[in-house]
Amino acid sequence: MKLNDIIKLADGTTLTTDANLNINIHGGYGADLMSDVLAASQPNAVLLTGLTNPQVVRTAQMADFRAIIFVRGKQPQTETLQIANLENIPLITSPLGMFELCGRLHKAGLPSFESNVSQ
Amino acid sequence: MCPSRIRTEQEIHGRRGRPITDQDAHEINRVEELSYDLKIHEVMTKDLHTARPEMSLSDMLEMLRINRISGAPVMEDDKLVGVISIEDIVRAMQRNDLTETVGQYMTRELVTVASYDSIFKAMQTFAESHVGRLPVVNEENKLVGMITKGDITRGVLVALQRDYKEEEVRRYRASHLFEDIISDRTTLVLRYNIKANDFTHGGNASSHIKRALLRLGADPQIARRCGIAVYEAETNLIIHTTHGGILKLEVEPHRITMSTTDDGPGIPDVNQVLQPGYTTATERVREMGFGAGMGLVNIKRCVDSMDLESTVGKGTKLIMRIHVPTDNFNGRKDG
Repeated sequence: MKLNDIIKLADGTTLTTDANLNINIHGGYGADLMSDVLAASQPNAVLLTGLTNPQVVRTAQMADFRAIIFVRGKQPQTETLQIANLENIPLITSPLGMFELCGRLHKAGLPSFESNVSQ
Repeated sequence: MCPSRIRTEQEIHGRRGRPITDQDAHEINRVEELSYDLKIHEVMTKDLHTARPEMSLSDMLEMLRINRISGAPVMEDDKLVGVISIEDIVRAMQRNDLTETVGQYMTRELVTVASYDSIFKAMQTFAESHVGRLPVVNEENKLVGMITKGDITRGVLVALQRDYKEEEVRRYRASHLFEDIISDRTTLVLRYNIKANDFTHGGNASSHIKRALLRLGADPQIARRCGIAVYEAETNLIIHTTHGGILKLEVEPHRITMSTTDDGPGIPDVNQVLQPGYTTATERVREMGFGAGMGLVNIKRCVDSMDLESTVGKGTKLIMRIHVPTDNFNGRKDG
């Protein structure tokens, strides 16, 4: 699914300035716990999260996420936006809550990129 | 490019005359940056075809046609006196006036730009003057070239391509490192000093490490595993140490070793911290999405071997190793 289509489904607003929105997103992952994101995600997904600190971008970068959507209309800190622009990771804010947004994207055909983690 | 945020001319012009704030700086993209960095003399046409005022317009038309240009500066001896363009000739044709001279139909109100100005200045002048080409003069007010909007577009595209190539070249050079340098055992060591409680810069070192590995030609999946492991380890240094610590990456053709060393406080029970969910993190750390007691568990899952040694009061050393398939760092791109 194109990021552009995902932004439409999310009623999203793009916050980064230069990012290419015409990229393919292969799946989705939603979490507020960065350790979970690092542990159980697969590459080339979009990250849905309620956290807005710079660590979110670093986490996305390490785990090869293609874009980040902040839920419940959250706005990122200045440093977060700065790093995202630098690392070319699109940041989007959506007025929808986590459950609603996950539901919409999943229903539209975006698969879950949460991998099974056996301890 | 991003269609969601196209700046108006007003917004861009508004920056003139006042210092650029941090907020402005964030909003300047690479193309805008280039419009300040690139100078007019870098993109202008220097190979000039000039006209004389006494030339007939039909000769002029022939000159434009042969040279495949749409306008030219008009010179009287050494002096720039006007600009003639295809539009002027069209005007003359409508009046069946092609026998007239260039001097009769050329634009005499000369708007020029200086060769040492930025292309941003040229873009402004284009917008204000509604002309398609501008003569470029040097410090002595002598004509040195012509600039069109096409020249600007081409100049920016060439510069952007240069940026892209630089990263390619860096990647290529780095990926040949282990081929070009011969020894019995070559190791590339990168060291990073990590400060305690410095959450703002948390992850910067890991980001550099991941990029270095990709430039060295590591398989993207291996770079991802290293990135995640080293990021968790870097976060541990920030959250749990007294004075921060050192993060080290050692790259060998067959193996990547990442390690962290700190001088305290040390871990009382090493087996306990390896239990999923065990944590001593503060509420503040948890609010940032960390401190769930998964760090070391995550690291263990990403690497091939992990060693954790700690002495209370002295410090902790964590060593993480990932084996690299033999064909990885031999100069092949993208593994």
